[in-house]
Parts: sequence; structure tokens; C-alpha cells
Amino acid sequence: MNNDNKKPNIFVRVWRFYIDGFRSMTVGKTLWAIILVKLFVLFFILKLFFFPNILSRDYDNDADRAKAVAANLLNK
Amino acid sequence: MIDLMSVVDWSRAQFALTAMFHWFFVPLTLGLGIIVAVMETIYVRKRSEKWLAATKFWMRLFGINFACGVATGIILEFEFGTNWSNYSWFVGDIFGAPLAIEGILAFFMEATFIAVMFFGWNKVSRRFHLTATWLTTIGATISALWILIANAWMQYPVGMKFNPDEMRNVMDNFWSVALSPMALNKFFHAVMSGWALSGVVVMGICCWFLLKKRNVELATMSMKVGAWVGIIGLGLTMLTGDGSAVTVAKHQPMKLAAMEGLYDGSTEQEIVGFGILNPAKTIDNAEDPMLFDISIPYGLSVLARHDYQAFVPGINDIIAGRDIDPETGDTVNTVGYAERIERGRAAQEALRQYNAAKEAGDTAAMAAQQAALEKDYPFFGYGYFDSVEEAVPNVPMTFYAFHIMVLAGGFILLVLLVALFALYKKPKWTGKRLFQYIGILSIPIIYVCSQCGWIVAEVGRQPWTIQDILPAKAAISDMTAASVQTTFFIFLFLFCGILIAELCIMFKQIRLRSNTELSDEINSQENDK
Repeated sequence: MNNDNKKPNIFVRVWRFYIDGFRSMTVGKTLWAIILVKLFVLFFILKLFFFPNILSRDYDNDADRAKAVAANLLNK
Repeated sequence: MIDLMSVVDWSRAQFALTAMFHWFFVPLTLGLGIIVAVMETIYVRKRSEKWLAATKFWMRLFGINFACGVATGIILEFEFGTNWSNYSWFVGDIFGAPLAIEGILAFFMEATFIAVMFFGWNKVSRRFHLTATWLTTIGATISALWILIANAWMQYPVGMKFNPDEMRNVMDNFWSVALSPMALNKFFHAVMSGWALSGVVVMGICCWFLLKKRNVELATMSMKVGAWVGIIGLGLTMLTGDGSAVTVAKHQPMKLAAMEGLYDGSTEQEIVGFGILNPAKTIDNAEDPMLFDISIPYGLSVLARHDYQAFVPGINDIIAGRDIDPETGDTVNTVGYAERIERGRAAQEALRQYNAAKEAGDTAAMAAQQAALEKDYPFFGYGYFDSVEEAVPNVPMTFYAFHIMVLAGGFILLVLLVALFALYKKPKWTGKRLFQYIGILSIPIIYVCSQCGWIVAEVGRQPWTIQDILPAKAAISDMTAASVQTTFFIFLFLFCGILIAELCIMFKQIRLRSNTELSDEINSQENDK
């Protein structure tokens, strides 16, 4: 059997599919730039500096979080 | 107190801003996906290069909208954890499941098959590509399903039991949550409204092509598909809107009363077709609720109960706990708001006593307090109110949003019917400027209609984050208004930027394609992604 005729495995084909697709984008490049900028702003600026998960940040375990929520809800 | 309300109001405003921004993109994804899938189906069946060109044009706009809308929903989840941490903990066991399913199943389905949609032309078979297009659309729809199930649970909390040890609601019946009548109506109403919106957007863009006398063939072909998807979507939106009104009448009667500006209900209750509220009207004065109105007899009784003689309670009736037995016509008493406040406070006190008994290791007292808590838990949230007025939503905002939605929807129905009539029976009408301008102007009108629907749903739900169980002032995190104001303006700036970017890219693509005829479109699209 001639090995040159052997099809690459499925993972290699999928990888090339995506690489070829990204390489031949036109409008898609601008859109991907928008997506990447947006994701960077959301996850590395907003999430890190402005949107901490308060209960996860301030309490170590679920029991303490439950107590904190109870104090908040029952002392209003 | 002033700062608490300021934090609540700014947090509400921020959530509203981010939700409305997210909803700008979602309905177009839901509906345009269907339109593209239909066009591609026609192409595959007829092997028509013209339908291929049309499919690829609208798919490009779908991709632009999809890309700009990606991750806009994530921000809402950030806000749960920061601004609404009490709410987030309180409902985490219920909310977590639908959102997790949404992320794992629907998102990956969309993400996988959208790559085939855009990269797969000439690389996969026609049928495989068509399947990918349909699966992308179905994936987006499944995403919407789980989010809407979560939202419906906020409006009508079912399938859960409160666990005082964990201080949170725990799901005890997944199917009650997933298949609640509120969830099913909401899902179909929201998704079908997306079909209607997209149909109108396609029609409007086609009208622009016709106005410029460019790509007339693509415009006419596309307008037919857009108008059919639009009219089917709008028809089903109206049908499920009726279903939504019935479920709202049952489970959120205060919202329905606010939608109609109805303070004192009656049997054979009319519905306001068009009206201007009296700004002087409050729940404790005798002013006329309307300065002016055109009402339809029996309309609200029919809408709410499908019975023209049914009693529909107004705001004052609900506060007083007044209802009318449909069989006998006698006035009956349900639980009035003053009693709900007392029972809510009793439930909260029972929870305090339960926690104290738990600290002391008194299991007998714990059992007794838990029983007392469970008895009054359905009114838990009312215990946070100092007066019954706090439990009434913003009537003007709910009323006007509802009526703008209905009037705009009615106008769009007329436009779509005329468009379909013109396309099949009077094609010369499509060449008239009046037809074309109305088509174009319908685009902002349907967007306003769509946003108003969510305003009704969410403003009408106030002051509740979870109906009857947790009001916004209790759900809020312990934080300052200044931090919320900062992120509010960051979002405003960011969202305006993304919106402008999307509109610029879309307009450029539409203008580009208006300069080519369909045959040129076919030749130029080989490597243009």
C-alpha cells in the first residue's frame, strides 16, 4: 500500500479545516478582533477588577457563605 | 436607607442596560438562523446558484450579529455574583442547573457547527453543510430555552424547597422547573418574537435594496422568505402572548394589573387599547387612572381568563385580597398584602429562631421553627416591606411598555400581511417608495416592540427578584452605589462601541452587496468569508 495516499487522521483533518478557515477569513478577521477584544475586556478587566464574586472572595466555605447571606437577609 | 435604594436602583439599571443590550443581538440570531437555514434548504433542494448567493449574503449578516452578540450574556452572570450575591446564593441551586446545561450543550453545539457553516463551503457535502446550519440555529434556540426556564422560575418559583441550613432554595423537582407553564409560554413567546423580528429586518433590508434599485432579484427572493418567517413568528408570538397573559393572570396578577393601569377591577373587565395614564393616580386616592383611553369591552376578562364575564382584580383588589368567585359571583377573600407582610415577617422570625435554636443545639425548637417557616415561606419576601405600596411595580413603565409592544406588534402584523400580498398578488407595490420606506422603518419599530416585551416582563415583576420570596432590596449585595455607577458607565461606553461596530460592519456589507447584482454575487463568493 502506498503511504502517500493514506488520508490524515480525523484530528489532523479537523485541525486543518479550522486553520484553513481562519486563514481565508475576510470580514471574519474584523469580527474575531471584536470578539477577542470584548472577551479580554470582559474577563481580564471587568471580571478581575470590577466584578468579583463577593461570596467566593470573602468567605472560604459554603457554611460561612450561608451564614453571611442569613445575616444579610435577616437583618434588613 | 437612601443609599440602599440608590444601590438597588443603580444595580437594577445596570442589569437592565446589560440585558437590553444582550437582547438586541439574540432575537436576530434566533430568527435569522431560521431564515438562512430555510434559504439553504431551498438551495440544496433546487441546486440553485441564486439561492446559494442569497444564503451566503444573509449568513454573513448572521455571522456579524452572532460575533457582536457573543459573550454579552456573560456580563449578566458577572452581575449575579457581584451586585446580587444574596440572590445568587439564594437561588443558586435552581439557576445553576439551567445555566450549566445552556453552557455545556447549547453553546458547544453552536460553536461547533457555526465553524462548519462558515468554513465548510466546498469542503463538506451540501447536506452536511445544511445540517450544520440547522444545528447551529437549533443550538441557539436550545440556549434560549434554558435561559428562559431560569427567568420563568423567577416569575413563578416552583419545584424547590427552602433549606434553612444552607440558606438557599434547593431544587426538588427538575421537571416542574423545566416544564412550568410560565417557562413554556415564555420560551415560545421569546423565540417566536425573534423570528418576527428577523423577518422584519430581512424585509427592511430588502426594501432598502429595492429603494436603491439594486439586486432586485435577491431582494424579492429574500423578502418572501423573510415575510413568511416573520408572519409565522408574529402569529405564534401573539398566540403565546395570550398564553402568557393567562399564566400572568394566575401567578402574577399584580403585573397584569400594572400592565393595564387597573386599580379597581371588575367582572366583564375592559382592556385599554390606547390610553394615557393619570400621573396623579395612586393606590390611595380616588383619581381616575386614565386621562384618556380607548378601551375594548370585556377585553381583559377574555385575555386573562378566556371568559368575558370573569373578574380581573386591580391593584387595590390584590392589595386588599379581594377576588370574585366565578361560580357564584360572591366576593371572596384571598390573602391581602397586609396579611402577607405579617406572615412574611413571621417566616423571617421563624428562620431567626431556627438559627438560634441550631446554635443552642435545641433540635425540638429547630423542628418547631422549621414547621413555622414552611407554613409562611410562600410570603417570605413580603416581610421586607414597610408598606403595601412597596409591593406595587412601576405602573406607568409597565403600562406604556405593554401598550407600545402591542400597538407596534399590530402595526408589524399589518406590514407583513401587506408585504406578502404585494409579493404574490401585486408585485408592482414593492416598487413603490411608500412600501419601501415603511419596510425600512419597520426595523426600528420591531426592535422597540421586542425590547418593550422584556420591559413588561421584568419591570412588571418588580419589586421581586423571585416572585413573593425575595425582593430586590434584599437580593442586593452589601456594596456602595458608587461602584455600581462606575461599572454602569463602563458598560454604557463599551456597549455603544460594540453596537456602533456591528452596525458599521453590517451596513458596509449591505452596501457592498447592493453594488453587485446577483450573478456577480455568485461569482464573487467563492473565497469570501
